[in-house]
Amino acid sequence: MSLLELKNVYKIYGELHALDDVSLKVEKGEWVSIMGPSGSGKSTMMNIIGCMDKPTKGEVLLDGVDISKESSKNLTTIRRDKIGLIFQQFHLVNYLTAVENVMLAQYYHSIPDEKEALEALERVGLADRARHLPSQLSGGEQQRVCVARALINYPEIILADEPTGNLDEANEEIVVDLFHKLHDDGTTLIVVTHDPEVAEVAQRTLVLRSGKFSKEIVNENFTGKIRFGDNNPI
Amino acid sequence: MIKKRRMFFRMIFASLMRRRSRMIVALLSIAIGATILSGLVSIYYDVPRQMGAEFRNYGANMILTGRDGSFTNTNIAAAKGVIPSNELVGAAPYRYENVRIREKPVVAAGTDPAGVKATSPYWLINDGEWFEKSGELLVGANIADAFRLKAGDKIEVSYTPESQQAAAADNQVVEDNFREFTISGILKTGGSEEDYVYMPMSDLEELTGISDKIDLTELSVSATSDKLKDYASEIDSVVPAVNASLVKRVTASEATVLTKLQALVLLVTVVVLALTMICVATTMTAVVAERRKEIGLRKAIGASDGSIIKEFMGESMLLGLFGGIIGSVLGYVFAQQVSIHVFSSSISFRPLLVPITIIVSILVTGVSSLMPIRSATDIDPALVLKGE
Ligand SMILES: Nc1ncnc2c1ncn2[C@@H]1O[C@H](COP(=O)(O)OP(=O)(O)O)[C@@H](O)[C@H]1O
Ligand SMILES: [Mg+2]
Repeated sequence: MSLLELKNVYKIYGELHALDDVSLKVEKGEWVSIMGPSGSGKSTMMNIIGCMDKPTKGEVLLDGVDISKESSKNLTTIRRDKIGLIFQQFHLVNYLTAVENVMLAQYYHSIPDEKEALEALERVGLADRARHLPSQLSGGEQQRVCVARALINYPEIILADEPTGNLDEANEEIVVDLFHKLHDDGTTLIVVTHDPEVAEVAQRTLVLRSGKFSKEIVNENFTGKIRFGDNNPI
Repeated sequence: MIKKRRMFFRMIFASLMRRRSRMIVALLSIAIGATILSGLVSIYYDVPRQMGAEFRNYGANMILTGRDGSFTNTNIAAAKGVIPSNELVGAAPYRYENVRIREKPVVAAGTDPAGVKATSPYWLINDGEWFEKSGELLVGANIADAFRLKAGDKIEVSYTPESQQAAAADNQVVEDNFREFTISGILKTGGSEEDYVYMPMSDLEELTGISDKIDLTELSVSATSDKLKDYASEIDSVVPAVNASLVKRVTASEATVLTKLQALVLLVTVVVLALTMICVATTMTAVVAERRKEIGLRKAIGASDGSIIKEFMGESMLLGLFGGIIGSVLGYVFAQQVSIHVFSSSISFRPLLVPITIIVSILVTGVSSLMPIRSATDIDPALVLKGE
């Protein structure tokens, strides 16, 4: 059984088919990139997979459960237990410190544990920034806090919607490098991106166009240990 | 679970402390509301107690007058004998004489300081102290104003004896009796008492050279009105020189005024309560609107509706707590000022009012935040995170 399976999924807004008969299978531990022009339905698909939205038609099976039929209360529980989210805007609670933002995910999931949260920040290279407020952190650092928050509860699947869209190249490399580590640890990754350099390091890339998959590129050279530069701080 | 609770408080404290400038508006409205509420409640309970309750319970309710002018101490003793001593709370004889201060005519009353204290407990000393000993003078506020007198001043009170009054009328030189007094305090009652000066009876007798003369006596009797009537008629028959009358009507009208005053205070309290609730609800609506993204984010990372409600309720109740603490302190100050300036009486500190103010403040804040916070749960995580 695949970890995630979309079967003939539609999302229709009035006349507009934001998703138009989309089918997709993602296996456990896979790293998949989604590319496509703006407005092609990438975020719509991520929101449905991330249990924040429901399809108009079709089935979405996550770990064998059809999440398109669940109540929004159950969706909250599934999202909390199985999914880690990373967004383009580095959404952090602005009055909580980096470590508190990470602990927030623990708080809703189970039990906050500051030590563990600090370890997660250490993994993303922010041990010395743990007590800073988001406003005191650079964009790249904020996004790394988001990564730490996304991975803190060991989710089955991490969904990242344009995670490097607002980052400079150096920070982009750091974040992609973190994805490598997560992948090496066995986490399933679905990464939406505009950037071919970010997309092509995944095992395969799906191209979305007007709500339909138009192309699939498999990365023949994928090793699972690809690194961007050698001078990473991690 | 402890860790979870600790994180909860860490979050809501962080929200209040690190978003201080935003929260100060909400806190201010709660604190002002709590201040006015606790202040008005103080006034509601305290002023009637000061002004009326004691008067009603222990004040004079029977007045003895001479059937033809004045009467004597013997008459009083006989009249008092009619009333059982355990029911007689106090008795104050009064004798009025025209005297002069700085050559101007003033009415002096001779009385028994301890007796007045028992029959007129609502008399308030504005400045200085109660008069007790011979040589001490209690000056009505109007007289004090007219002569610019204050507690501690020494003044001379003069009296023209009867033997000299014809000479005085003829504008001839008269020989006055006079005596020096120390002003012990200034009397404030809100009534005609402020137009007199009061001295111990013995001093007035010495000044005038005439003793054993009383114009009226106020009695404070703790008895039902039926019993009072019986005592009055008994006095009338046993001591023919004395006429006993009841002064129930004065107390009753006093009570009516106080009831109306209390009703007014209650009305204002309700209005202030409503205004505070509207203010808090408006502020919380703004707070929720401003934090739509944050709420969406919390939901996206797994917050249930229940935990969103809990967190915002926690914040607003914490605000209620702070507002209540500030309000109970300022409320006391406010009530004290109002009481002194409007009612000329001071208010006693009621410790019980502090927890009550705080609890009411928390509840009011919580209830008025209910609607705005409920609307927070309608926020869709996808919508918030999508655009922009
Ligand atoms: N809530 C909505 N109501 C109406 N149209 C929407 C809504 N959300 C997205 N769309 C439309 O669906 C299409 C896909 O949007 P989106 O998934 O955000 O694209 P992408 O993330 O690929 O840029 C766009 O044309 C967008 O305008
Ligand atoms: Mg998008």
